[in-house]
Amino acid sequence: MTTALYDVAGPRTRRRHRIYGVAATAVLLALIAWVVYLLVDTGQFAAEKWAPFTYKGIQELLLRGLANTLKAFALAAVFSLVLGAVLAAGRLSEHRPVRWLSTLVVEFFRAMPVLVMIFFVFVALKVQPLPALVTGLTLYNGSVLAEVFRAGVNAVDRGQREAAYSLGMRKTAVMTYVLVPQGVRAMLPAIISQLVVALKDTSLGFLITYEEFLHAGKLIASNLDYDLPFIPVVMVISPIYIGMCMLLSWFANWVAKRERRSVKTGQMTVAAAEPAAPMPGDTRT
Amino acid sequence: MDVLTDNFSLYGKGFLGTVELTVYASLLALAVGILMAAFRVAPVASLRAFGTAWVTVLRNTPLTLLFFAVMLGLPRFGLVLPFTTFAVLALGCYTSAFICEAVRSGINTVPVGQGEAARSLGMTFEQTLGAVVLPQAFRSVIPPIGSTLIALAKNSAIAGSFSVTELLGTYKPLNEMGYSIIWTFIWIAVGYLIVTLAISAIFAVLEKRWGVPR
Repeated sequence: MTTALYDVAGPRTRRRHRIYGVAATAVLLALIAWVVYLLVDTGQFAAEKWAPFTYKGIQELLLRGLANTLKAFALAAVFSLVLGAVLAAGRLSEHRPVRWLSTLVVEFFRAMPVLVMIFFVFVALKVQPLPALVTGLTLYNGSVLAEVFRAGVNAVDRGQREAAYSLGMRKTAVMTYVLVPQGVRAMLPAIISQLVVALKDTSLGFLITYEEFLHAGKLIASNLDYDLPFIPVVMVISPIYIGMCMLLSWFANWVAKRERRSVKTGQMTVAAAEPAAPMPGDTRT
Repeated sequence: MDVLTDNFSLYGKGFLGTVELTVYASLLALAVGILMAAFRVAPVASLRAFGTAWVTVLRNTPLTLLFFAVMLGLPRFGLVLPFTTFAVLALGCYTSAFICEAVRSGINTVPVGQGEAARSLGMTFEQTLGAVVLPQAFRSVIPPIGSTLIALAKNSAIAGSFSVTELLGTYKPLNEMGYSIIWTFIWIAVGYLIVTLAISAIFAVLEKRWGVPR
């Protein structure tokens, strides 16, 4: 690893780094040991607190929650891709009113916290939790994806568009046969990264009492019969959430690497999937 | 329209709550994020591993889950703090992972030759870092940190659902008082726009002053 920060270390520096390494490892291990001690000391590993996970009903409750999370994610992903495509088409339109309207919509929904939209739909329009969650996620992620699509189409080399027009293609054909396939291919990693954000944000459904994964966890965690197993629930739920998101981020990275090697995108700069998933609410494109 | 004028103090309290949460969480996120970025570029393997683990875990955790764990989990260890402190902790730690990545990629954009040139002039590590690498990294890091902090301000809305006074939470009492729910939300939206536009204005100034001319 070479950075501007330091050269390849010589023997004395290496020895010094080894000492730092041992000290840092000791401190980190002590930190971990302290956390484990706290967990044991407050009785988080007591059999009683872990007992609920052995019951079939509780396992089914968790699985139902997970299924609901994935359902919300699938719906939100599909609808945001559609909305993103529509809004991107609007922003790339030749008709000024269409362009302005789409720009307004995109800018507004990117600037609003996604939770405000979810609550607005849930409280003001009085719909069920699932449609409210999916609507909020769709509006937000659709707007962000619209910008991703637009950036992708605009990044296609100008000669491609000119060549297509000079072959006598109409603007719709240029878009659908020439620009969009190349643009989307280059933006695929960024699109998948945005879907990671959508997956993470499905947990907002918890706040509007949608019966998703975290909600199931909360039900178990607030059960007095099992001595309020908050920590065990967090220890069971978070690896699954983190695992799902990491899997999707890893997929985005894999696609990015593959696209970079592919001949078909040789002319394009493929969007980096690193940093793997943008921060929810971060609307950079 | 009279939702705002009738309940100005309620809105004001919520607005100030959001601002407070954003400012404190931003400071925490910047401090922890820069520390983790230092860990991630350190020559010590165990610190690098810790930084990587911190970033990977937090970046792939839903913020709601983190709030859930911090707000309801930490009290199980006998740690009782005000809700706002917990919210700042959750929001700050979560954002620190994204700040860390922004800072790290900023440091990595400084060409290796810059450091080599500094060292060949006989500069020490501190001088290289302070006079050559960090000033250049700082310039390229302003815009990504700005948009990360805007995202933080928007994410602070989640705290409202965990009994913290902030802007989105104001809809509840207003709804119960029977005000028009549409206008209630419009003014909430305006409040968030003020916060996010203020942050982007601050960072526009910073970028104009120090940013890399592109």
